[in-house]
This record gives sequence, C-alpha cells and structure tokens, in this order.
Amino acid sequence: MKKWILGLTLGLWAGLASASLATHSFTLDNGLKVLVREDHRAPVVTVMVWFKAGSIDEAPFETGLAHVLEHMMFKGTEKLQPGDFSKLVARYGGSDNAFTSYDYTAYFQQYEVSRLPLALELEAERLANLQIDDDEFYRELQVVLEERRMRTDDNPNALAWEKFQAVARPGTGYAHPIIGWRSLLSQLQPEQARSWFQRFYVPGNATLVIAGDVTRKQVEPLVKKFFDDLPAGETPPRPKQTVNPPAGERRIDLTLPVKVPTLFMTYNVPSLVTAEDKRDFYALTMLSGVLDGGMSARIETDLVRGQKLVAGAGASYTGIQRGNGTFTLQAAPNPGISLDEVESALREQIKKLQTTLPSEEEMARVRAGVLAGQVYEKDSVMGQAMELGTLSTLGLDLALSEKFGDELAKVTAEDVQRVAQQWLVPERLAVGHVQPEQGEGK
Amino acid sequence: MSIELRVTSFEKHSAVQGAAWCGGLLLRVATVVSAIWLSACASLNPAANFPTTEAQVAASQPGAPVLDIQSWQTAEGAKVLFVASDALPMLDIRLVMDAGSARDGDQAGLASMTSALLGEGTKGLNVDDIARGFEDRGAEFSSSSYRDMGVISLRTLSDPEFREPVLDLFGKVIGTPSFPEEALARIRTQMMQGLRMEKQVPGPQVNKAFMATLYEGHPYGIASDGTLESLPAIQRKQLEQFYESYYAAGNAVIAMVGAVSREQAEAIAAQISAALPAGEAAPTLARATPLQSRKREHITFPSAQTSILIGNQSTWRGNPDHVALYVGNMVLGGGGFASILTDEVRQKRGYVYGIGSGFSAMASGGPFRVSFQTANENADQALSLTLQLVEQFIQQGPTDSQLEEARTSILGGFALGTADNSDIIGQLGAIGFYDLPLDYLQQFSQQVRAVGAEEIRQAFQRALNADNLAIVSIGPKAPEIVPVDEAPGSELAAVADEAGRGKE
Repeated sequence: MKKWILGLTLGLWAGLASASLATHSFTLDNGLKVLVREDHRAPVVTVMVWFKAGSIDEAPFETGLAHVLEHMMFKGTEKLQPGDFSKLVARYGGSDNAFTSYDYTAYFQQYEVSRLPLALELEAERLANLQIDDDEFYRELQVVLEERRMRTDDNPNALAWEKFQAVARPGTGYAHPIIGWRSLLSQLQPEQARSWFQRFYVPGNATLVIAGDVTRKQVEPLVKKFFDDLPAGETPPRPKQTVNPPAGERRIDLTLPVKVPTLFMTYNVPSLVTAEDKRDFYALTMLSGVLDGGMSARIETDLVRGQKLVAGAGASYTGIQRGNGTFTLQAAPNPGISLDEVESALREQIKKLQTTLPSEEEMARVRAGVLAGQVYEKDSVMGQAMELGTLSTLGLDLALSEKFGDELAKVTAEDVQRVAQQWLVPERLAVGHVQPEQGEGK
Repeated sequence: MSIELRVTSFEKHSAVQGAAWCGGLLLRVATVVSAIWLSACASLNPAANFPTTEAQVAASQPGAPVLDIQSWQTAEGAKVLFVASDALPMLDIRLVMDAGSARDGDQAGLASMTSALLGEGTKGLNVDDIARGFEDRGAEFSSSSYRDMGVISLRTLSDPEFREPVLDLFGKVIGTPSFPEEALARIRTQMMQGLRMEKQVPGPQVNKAFMATLYEGHPYGIASDGTLESLPAIQRKQLEQFYESYYAAGNAVIAMVGAVSREQAEAIAAQISAALPAGEAAPTLARATPLQSRKREHITFPSAQTSILIGNQSTWRGNPDHVALYVGNMVLGGGGFASILTDEVRQKRGYVYGIGSGFSAMASGGPFRVSFQTANENADQALSLTLQLVEQFIQQGPTDSQLEEARTSILGGFALGTADNSDIIGQLGAIGFYDLPLDYLQQFSQQVRAVGAEEIRQAFQRALNADNLAIVSIGPKAPEIVPVDEAPGSELAAVADEAGRGKE
C-alpha cells in the first residue's frame, strides 16, 4: 500500500526544508539578545520582545502576577500616558498585543516596514521607564478579572481544565493557572507588579526579535540607538529543570454544568529541555503524530470513525517547555458512551503502542506532515518571530526547525515503542472525568 | 469538521476580533492574551519630543504593494483569480461557492452538513483512503460553511511530485462525493454533540439569538449549523441535491496563490472546474430589512458575566456607503484601544475585557453589531453607557482629527493585509465571490483618502437609528437602561477598595 512514499521521503523531502531564510544573532553589552530574520516577500515587519518570566516563576501567593504586569506594560511610562502606546501603534497602521504563558511573557508590534524605528523606540521606552500607578493598577485588575470570568469562570470546560492541571502537574509551577487563582488574583497589589518588573524585565533576561523586510545592517544601529543605554541590571537566576520522579497515578472526578462529558488524561513526560536523552523528545513527537497527526491517524481512524466512541478526541505532546512536558489525551464521548469506556479505549491505544510497532507508512506520514508544515509555517512572518522567540527563551537551538526533519527521520518504530513503554506508564498518569450535573446531558 | 476540545485555548485573542494566528509544531503553548488591537484615535499628548522617530515615520510613505491579480473564466463558467508567488514552494487553492446556510431553505444545517461530508468519500475511495492520500503528501484539505459561502481549501507543496497526485485526489473528492450513510450518521452525531457543548457557554447562545432576532423571516436568520430538531431530519438525498445545485462550476470562484505559472494555473483551474457539476450561479436573494423598532431578547443563564449584543441589519455588499461606515466604525469601536468604546468602557471604567463594534457586509444584508461581556453587577451601567456612546456617534459622527487618525491608521497598515499567501487567498476569495473589481484594494484606499467627516455622519444616519437597535443578552437577569454614571474618577476609590480587600 503506497510503498512509493518511502522513496519520496528520502529523496524529495530532503531538498524542501533547506529553503531557509537568513537569521542573524547578536548581543548588546547589557545582555540583550537580538535576533533578526530576513524575509523580503512583503514590506512588513514584526517586532517582538520576549522575557524569561512566565506564570511558573510566580510564588504560590502571587498567581496571575506575570499576566497582570503584561497588562500594565500598556499603561504609562515616563513619556507616555496610559493608552498612548497602543494609540501610537494604531496611528501608524500597526497592531500590537502581548501574551503570557507558563514559560514566558512576550510583546509584539506588527507594521509596514517604514515604522520600524517607532516600534523599537516604543519598546525601549517601556522597558526603561515603565511607571505603575496605583489607580491604573486597580482599574486594570478589574479588566483582568473580567478576562478571567470570560475565559474560565463562565466556561465549565476551562474551569475543569484548570482544576485538572492542578492534579496533573503537582509540585510544579504549571499546576496553577496562568491567569491566576481568582481569590489571589483579586488581592494583587501594585507593589508586587513593580517588583516583578524590576526583577525580570532586565536586558539580560530578554530577547528582541525583528522579522520581516529588514537586514542586519539596517537594524543593528537602530537597536543600539534605543537599547544600548539600558542598564544591565541583574539577570535573575534560573534553576535547572530536570525530569521529575513519577508522582503516582491520580484521578479527579468533577461534576460541572457541562452538557457533554469530557475526559482528560495527562502523562508527565520529559520535554526537549529536560530529556536526558534528546531522542526521547523526537520519539514522543512521532508517537503523538501516529495517534493524532490528522484525519488518517489512529484516534480519528479507530475511535471517531471505527468504534464511533467519541464525537471528538485528540492527543498532543507538549515538549517545548522550560520544565517537563506533558502528553495529553482528551475526548468527548458520543451519546450513550460512558467516560469509562472511552478511557479504556484510550488506554488500549497506549497499550498497542507499547506492544506493537507502528507501521512504516504511519511513520512516513507523520514525517511528511511535519516537513510540509515547516514550509507552510514560513508563510507567516509573525510565526517565524514566534518560533525564534520561543527557542531563544527556552535556551534551545535556533536552527531546531531546520534540523527537525533529520532528527525525526532517525526515529525508528522501536524508539516509539520504547518511549511508550518508558514514559506512558500509570504512575505518571493523571485522569480527569468531567460529568454533567444530575439530569443533564442525557 | 471538528469539535473544539482543546480547552488550553488561552492562545486566542479576545472574542471581539478573534484572529487566531500561528500554531506550528513548536507553538502549542497555553498563553493568556490581552486584547490590544488595531486602533485609531485623537487626543494623543505624549511628552514633547517623544517619540523622536515619529516625524520620520509620519513623513515616510508606507508601502502598499499592488497585487497582480490575473483573472479568467473556465469553460464551465467558474471565475478564476490567481496571484503567482514563488517565494515559497507551496500552493494554496480556495473554492468559494454561493452555498452557505442562506440556501438551507426549511432544513437548517443542510449547507453545513453537505460541506462537512466533502472528504468523507468519493467514487472508489473511502474516507481512510482520502485522508491518507492527502496526508501522505503533506497536503491540507478542509471545507467550511458560512451564511453566504461554502468554502473548500487545499494547501499543498507546489513541486509536481506532490502537487499532481494531490490535485488528482482533490478533483475526485470535490467532483464525485459519495455522501456515505455511515458518515452522515457519524457527522450528524458530532454536530449535535457540538450544539450541546455550545449550551455550556454564553457566547454562542447569545450570538445565535442575535442573528435570529435581526433576521427573523430572512435566510440569514437560519441557524447555520442547524438545531437539535433540524439535524435528525436531514437525508442523504437532500445533501446530493444541495451539492448538485450549489457546488456547480457556474456558482464557483477558484482562487489560487502560489508557486505555479499562469499556464499551470490555467490547467489546474480547468481540471477543478471540469470536476464540478455543471450548473449556473445561484439566484440572488432578497435583501434583508432592518428592524423598525427596538427589540429586546434575553436568555436566562447562570453566568458570572452578562454578554450583550446591540445592533441592527444595516448594510450589504455593494453598499455605496461601505467605506464611510468602515472608517467611521474604526473611530467608534472597530479600532481597538483607540476607539471610543474601548477607551470609555474598558480603559476609563474597567467594565469589560473586550468591547468592539463592526459592520459585516454579506451579499443580502449584514449587521452592525456591538458586543461585550461584563460582570453582572456592571451590566446596567455598561449597557446604558454603550448605548449612549453609539447614539452620540450616530448623531455627531467623528471629529476631523478622529477621522484623520483613522485614515492614517488604515492606510499605514495596508501592507499587512496582503503580506502572507494566506492573507492573499482570503482577499482573492472575497473579491471573486462578491464580484468586486480586481483593483478593489486600490480603490478602497483611494476612497479612504477621500471620505469626509460629514459623509461618515450621514452614512451612519442612513445605516442606523439608535431607537431601533436590538439588544440581545444572556446572563442571570436582563440588563436595564439606567442613567449613566458620569465621573469615572469617583469610582476608582471603590474599585481599589474592593480589589484591596480581596472581595472577589
């Protein structure tokens, strides 16, 4: 069946991903790391600043602080009134936003390329001169509480996920929600935000990414002009993350106002950062693709179409993290199918991976998807900036993407079986069942 | 067709102008995003001489690339739009048919289900063969359905070794769908589970109620993804008929962007067009009429926030006021942080995380819509304030300086709209489907340059009457219109006090 694809994999695929674009890297004296990606297809530019400061850096009493500070970065500075930042971006046709993750906080501006000097000057200004006013802080905290209501409190699946994460990743910074536990979030104080800013928002803890219709020659003097004078400050220490010992099998049963039950299963596994043997990362990536790499992968073929147990299901390996990774399965059963039945079917899928080697066709298909995906990803300038920022912030090889295909090609069916046996074991598993309230969802 | 299960969906922007970006292999991370959006505004008073680069930036002429769109008709009457781009070894194809839920008739969900079953089977190939056929070669196939349109998308590597077998399969999948009974039953169940899941959260419920309120009796009022009552009644025969009528070559636009030559593009378009059923463009639908008096709808739901939508039928594709409404709306609520609504309702009072407004022009009508969510205790104030701001804007229009800010913003950001192949294919699909001139983007920017404040005010008054706006809400109780609290400053102490005590 379609043996020819194997030939293709070795020959044609090899030439594809090598259409790589120029990336330049330099570091200022104060420690700011600068990455420049040249993509001259259109006269646009994306400017991002990434900080190694995310919700996993929060102490237990200050959950939500990284994200609240992110909101405050759009308020006042020495030279800007609250709101002026985004208004200036808008006036010159740009868009701006930011996002806070477990591992980092990142800011971006996107423009037509002649706006580059403005983008850099604005970023430098808030990094040098942010001012956190008490009244502004409290008002913005109300906005963040609205954000929490919208995203989590009024969405029972999101609420369930939040509770499940606390059980699925015990004893790590990933156990608390990025947006913060409601009661602690609402008690945050302006002084905590100021101290967070002073601690983490120093040049040595940041990466500036500029991607688009630019050259290093054009960018470097501008960057120096606006960022060279920032004092180096002290770069906060970062503990080395290692693979955790198994936490033991855990279960959580939730009754919430859902109309359709949901199943979560998470295994605690190594990430690319924490894996002692980096091949485990690539093998887990292949394993994830075999289970859920598209409509032809096992979950869609066996569970959705074959056994018709679930209306929707998915598996994903989150292996690009500062701490350990997760391998997560989620499913919503069809009417009349219990969560226990779905859980058994998913455990059966894991067992199959542990006992039977995946076929060469499956392995080739996963690699095809990944390699083609690398070409498609280059269509987005923002996507390229995101990739560079993530890799830099996690201390990973910037050329990871280029090497990805080769690394995946080295993974054998035996490797996939081995990581399934080694990591997808009960003592690394958390299971969550979310059931509707009485009388619902029948 | 998939049910959204990934609850780690913090990576999307706020509901106001959701634009999901990115998401490669490396980027499956949970993030919380604050809603800071394209904006345009007046009253900017940064400290003197800051930013030092502003004069330079203001003086530079922003580049606005002109798309070289090539267009022709296939022998069967499909309209083709093509942009050659060899920067990346890939090809995007998008078919846009007049096959949206506006064509459902009395069978809500028919268009949606027809679309969902494409790719589930074709002559001689079952769904497994099809899925493997695309995925073995790294190709991405999808179909989706909206009110006006049925859309089929294909992304493939452009090298002929990949492209040719993928296009061959694509032709079979879209040209001879078999609508297997097994797939119909399975997808019906999935869609019904999807509808049940929507009832868990306020957003989809209030959005559906809003469209049903505005378009009662018009095809746009049909629930696009069907209802728990309508879906069980849909038969295979109806899907076949719907497909034969509305997926016809004469009812299709074929948009293409990527690394192929004009000759290759012509051959590909001819191949696709010949695969489709023969047939004409669908007949034009009657234009929807606006509500003539205020309508209130409320859904009682035990949520922490009240979600509110305000609006009316107000525009359509081809409306000569389109540019005036678009530019005016940038000032009112479409421009994110600098627009009046975000400034007053979020920035000054902290009532909402996101608030925005927009006109969405469809072929036979299109709503003006303001939407926001707010804590239940603030719902009366937030609603009353928003109504007041909208009413004021309809009466007064923008100031000259507000207009100038919006104009600079739109023109300055023009290049961003056609930067990626995925941006371009979207533009081509819309230009083709709505019969816009090939130089539509240039015409649009010329009109943005020319439009005046008084013209915008008059256009708003033609499009909207503040007394006739529908108010549709969901939450524990229906919000009421009350006198608006004037001074945001006086509330600050209370806000600080509440947060400081940890009352939340």
